[in-house]
Amino acid sequence: MAAGKVHAVNQSHFPPEDDPGPDFAALVRQAGLWPDTPTSLSGAEVPHGTTCVAVRHSDGVVMAGDRRATSGNFISHRSIEKVFPADQHSGVAIAGAAGPALELVRLFQLQLEHYEKVEGSPVSLEGKANQLSQMVRSHLPAAMSGMAVVPLFAGFDTARGLGRLFQYDITGGRYEEHDYASAGSGSLHAGTVIKLGWSPDLSVDEAIDLTLRSLLEAADEDSATGGPDMLRRIFPVVANIGEAGFERVADDDLEQRFVALFEQLAATRGAERDNFVEGTNS
Amino acid sequence: MTMPFYVAPEQMMKDRADYARKGIARGRSLVACTTADGIVLCAENPSRLLRKISEIYDRIAFAGVGKYNEFDQLRIAGIRHADLKGYSFSREDVEARSLANNYAQILGNVFTHEMKPMEVEILVTEIGADPSGDQLFHILYDGTLVDETGFSVLGGDAEVVGERMREAWSEGCTAQEGVVAAVGALAGENSLDAGDLEVALLERTGPRRRFRRLSDDTVTEFLAG
Repeated sequence: MAAGKVHAVNQSHFPPEDDPGPDFAALVRQAGLWPDTPTSLSGAEVPHGTTCVAVRHSDGVVMAGDRRATSGNFISHRSIEKVFPADQHSGVAIAGAAGPALELVRLFQLQLEHYEKVEGSPVSLEGKANQLSQMVRSHLPAAMSGMAVVPLFAGFDTARGLGRLFQYDITGGRYEEHDYASAGSGSLHAGTVIKLGWSPDLSVDEAIDLTLRSLLEAADEDSATGGPDMLRRIFPVVANIGEAGFERVADDDLEQRFVALFEQLAATRGAERDNFVEGTNS
Repeated sequence: MTMPFYVAPEQMMKDRADYARKGIARGRSLVACTTADGIVLCAENPSRLLRKISEIYDRIAFAGVGKYNEFDQLRIAGIRHADLKGYSFSREDVEARSLANNYAQILGNVFTHEMKPMEVEILVTEIGADPSGDQLFHILYDGTLVDETGFSVLGGDAEVVGERMREAWSEGCTAQEGVVAAVGALAGENSLDAGDLEVALLERTGPRRRFRRLSDDTVTEFLAG
């Protein structure tokens, strides 16, 4: 990558056959700023982000992701963020090699904003999902060496007035899901919790609680997924995407929800635990 | 063998300038002014689809008058420059000043080296934390770069409109007063309603992207007082 290369405005004039149009990724390539694909690294050495989920509810979609990044069996970061606004009405969550994943998100955000500014109107939700698919596919060589990036994409389709969500595989395969989607190492457990708790008429509140519960259970079973850290006040990143756009849920709100969830769990599990301790003593 | 006629450089520049000025004078004018709420950009533009004012970056807007295809090309080049710079450095490194300098270079080069000068006048403007930090860069067809304070007028009738603007605009006015002043200056003795105008505001406070187009309803409301 040509680091720090300054691109002058007069270099942004292209003959018609080379004009990148509203495509920011193509422009970055033409400017020689496209990052090289790392292929010789062993994937295990770089930090990996893990579990994220998206749940559709009656007024849109809730996305959530835990805050842990791991390198092998080490925790390399406690407060990494994996859920980002893609633009005003959509969000992207990532699982996989943290470095390439964050770069992918940055480029995706810029791609959408660039298109909107050049064309004067935003990309359709379908178009955004396809763009992300192409970006994941172009990352395939790195994915083959253990640095896979698997995003979730969700948004509010303003044309149809409903929330939609998309899941991807490492080849850029794009799958629209109807109810919920999950990605990352804890996705199996998180997905099961959501599957059991999901109903078509979920409210925003219920959807947020369901994602928190799913991440808590995933953290309970999967060492690469971080649970809520009450001591440092590190909570999952949770965002609701509805007609009003992408809105992140405040940490104070999440803390209260977790406290309520712990109380509820303690009430049902506490008695069980007491019986178990007595049983071993006798 | 044909020999080109000798033309004095002064004459050649004058001809080119006249050509560009005539092209610009055919179009309608545009006014931008700073207010307490942000920078108001207001153009007389009956088209709803072909825009003269647009967003370049978080706090930077662009406006052009003259030949549409030429200033639109400049607008896209500016967005590319800003987005690439923000991508390879940081969002806060993207500034109107360097963009305006770049535009001045392009227009200056085209003016002296190309077959025909660009028949455009453009404005690059950046919103500051308070009105004293607002920047208005007015760039002419030959690359002349002017850093203006308070307000800026582009287009054929710039002098007349500017005179009216000087009387109507006052420092520290609200966005609504700014729109009224700008529309009054553009209209003169005629009257303009929302359908004939394109109005946008670079907001002083708010989320990352400060550029906002004002709908016809909002403009009508503003003009009614």
